[in-house]
Amino acid sequence: MTDLTASHVQSTDVVPARSRFPIHIVVFLAPALAIYTLFSIYPLVDTIRLSLYTGDETGARSFVGLQNFSTLLTDPNWSGQFWNAFTNNLIFFAIHMVVQNGIGLGLAMLLSLPRLTGGSVYRTLIFLPTMLSVVIIGFIWQLMLNPLWGIAPSLLKAVGLGSLFGPWLGQESTALLTVSLISVWQFVGIPMMLIYAALLNIPDDLLDAATVDGAGPFSVFWFVRLPLILPTLGVVSILTFVANFNAFDLIYAIKGALAGPNFSTDILGTFFYRTFFGFQLQVGSPTMGAAVATAMLVIILIGVLIYLFGVQRRLQRHTF
Amino acid sequence: MKNLHSKAFRRRAGQLLATASVVAAALAFANAASAQTLTIESWRNDDADVWNTKIIPAFNKKHPNIKVQFKADPPTEYNAALNARLAGGTAGDLITCRPFDASLDLFKKGNLASVNDVKGIENFSDVAKSAWSTDDGKTTFCMPMASVIHGFVYNKEIFDELKLTPPKTVAEFHAVLDKIKTDGKYTPIAMGTADQWEAATMGFQNIGVNYWKGEEGRKALIEGKQKFTDKPYVDAFKELASWASYMGDGYKSQKYPDTQNLFTLGRAAIYPAGSWDVPIFRKQADFEFDAFAPPVVNAGDKCYISDHTDIAIGINAKSKNVEAAKTFLSWVASPEFAEIYANELPGFFPLSKAKVDVKDPVAAKFVGWRGTCESSIRNSYQILSRGTPNLENELWNVSAQVVNGSMKPEEAAKKAQDGLASWYEPHKK
Repeated sequence: MTDLTASHVQSTDVVPARSRFPIHIVVFLAPALAIYTLFSIYPLVDTIRLSLYTGDETGARSFVGLQNFSTLLTDPNWSGQFWNAFTNNLIFFAIHMVVQNGIGLGLAMLLSLPRLTGGSVYRTLIFLPTMLSVVIIGFIWQLMLNPLWGIAPSLLKAVGLGSLFGPWLGQESTALLTVSLISVWQFVGIPMMLIYAALLNIPDDLLDAATVDGAGPFSVFWFVRLPLILPTLGVVSILTFVANFNAFDLIYAIKGALAGPNFSTDILGTFFYRTFFGFQLQVGSPTMGAAVATAMLVIILIGVLIYLFGVQRRLQRHTF
Repeated sequence: MKNLHSKAFRRRAGQLLATASVVAAALAFANAASAQTLTIESWRNDDADVWNTKIIPAFNKKHPNIKVQFKADPPTEYNAALNARLAGGTAGDLITCRPFDASLDLFKKGNLASVNDVKGIENFSDVAKSAWSTDDGKTTFCMPMASVIHGFVYNKEIFDELKLTPPKTVAEFHAVLDKIKTDGKYTPIAMGTADQWEAATMGFQNIGVNYWKGEEGRKALIEGKQKFTDKPYVDAFKELASWASYMGDGYKSQKYPDTQNLFTLGRAAIYPAGSWDVPIFRKQADFEFDAFAPPVVNAGDKCYISDHTDIAIGINAKSKNVEAAKTFLSWVASPEFAEIYANELPGFFPLSKAKVDVKDPVAAKFVGWRGTCESSIRNSYQILSRGTPNLENELWNVSAQVVNGSMKPEEAAKKAQDGLASWYEPHKK
């Protein structure tokens, strides 16, 4: 009894102290919050604010509401470029989803084979391009695909397929596909690693049980492994989506900001660059550029929301 | 002996130092404002060497108390980087000026100061100043430095081997190209369309002046008296389109450095050139090369050249060293600078009225055309690239497409015209 009262007295002593404002939480949150606010939230909000203004030739800005957006979407000179960039960006994304994530999944499956020798060597080699600079990637691939002194035409000629070669990076019909595949080559390591990690997490007894029940390798993959790595595939998809709709560097490195031929490789990132910074004789417009950037933000936001509410909520996470 | 010597030396050095410091201290008051460092913003990173070892030392001989620093960005990033630095207040004192609207825009935003009162500006003609003056011509905001001239550079050894003579007319030009093509050993024309500007600048603007008669056509276009769909422009696109069959394998993904290498490795006979290529070829080509002017349509026609005002230098209006910057600009306007610039960077031709001896024979040939042909500048640069769609971008796009064969010359002309007519009043009718 005395014990109880003692502890009771003690706790009443402590409670007022605890109910005070928990300063330590603020202290712990402050650095991250300050940096994030300063370098991420503030620029984002300011970009949106800027997109509601227009600048005249002296640089003075005036508020115009949503006029920049209506120009972007209704003026044929702007909307044509915008939708062209958007469509190209969708194709760019689709190629990544199918090829990059498909191959990534395949490679992860191969890597997780139990009797594979030298797995870590392959893993490192395949992941290596991801860590290289885009400028280097662009340069190397342009050199390899160069019709004058590239290795691609000579290799094809050596096996008698020389007629198959074309200036792929320079043709309207193939340029976007080629650039996308170069990007796939560079980044295939990321889905591979993520999926590989997910595959390793699946307990062997599940696979063994499936095998004992008479499932072949294909059924094991389709009915056991794939459902178990679906959450990871979801994460990979959304990462691909965000990265692709923010992409700019590779296209800029290979095709320049005018993203030729005939804007066939123009994606939202390069379109934004031209608008914001200008190009050759085109004088850049920070306000119109901010409108394009905001439009990109909205597109990415819609994509992420579709994923969050349409896909992620239906995914079941399994813990073992 | 040695000791004595060094003692004497030391004493003398000490005296010298003392005098120097007294003088320096005395001057420090007077000079506090003028012993400064000027920073030059430029896109000519290729020329950094020449600036640092030739131009700036020559300037310092006359003005030892003004330090000058040359800071260059890659050409494609210059405009963006400069604008960002100007906005942030960290741009250099001297700003290398792109021609026409990019610089006019800077002036209107108050980033460039007027140079009307800078000594030496009187050394330049109105045409030379036009690229860096307000539309009414009253205020000039950059000191003109140099222009570049278009033409064709050819491999003399290949021409000798195939017994060819430099063509004067378009018909002769095609005869030469056909001969090189039938011989089969060399690529007749070194040009690619991957970078797009090559087709527009080295192609369309290079040969075009002969079709639209230089300044006459350029001004008519600005006044709205001519359209891109008129015969001269369509003909220029047609001629450009005909080059495709003479160009190298896979020219569609051939970039500018590829083109340069194709020529300097001796694999191509003719190179549609900008004069700025001359110093590069001088370094890289181990064969003799020469140049011919853009061929005229009919023998005996008056010839025109694209003599494009390309580079100038202005003062950052927010610079703290305006006086020193003005001193530097006056020096840039002097014949001494013109002489150094023309010969250290053959291919960039001074715009000042001073007579300058260009020593490089090929560069001299380019500049010699000024005497025999009429000079003009690129037709998309003045006023016409102010709207959306941007005419210069459109010309890059359609010129490359015409050569690629994905657009007919008439379609290219129509696209350029439609784009222009969509925003430019004189063309709206």
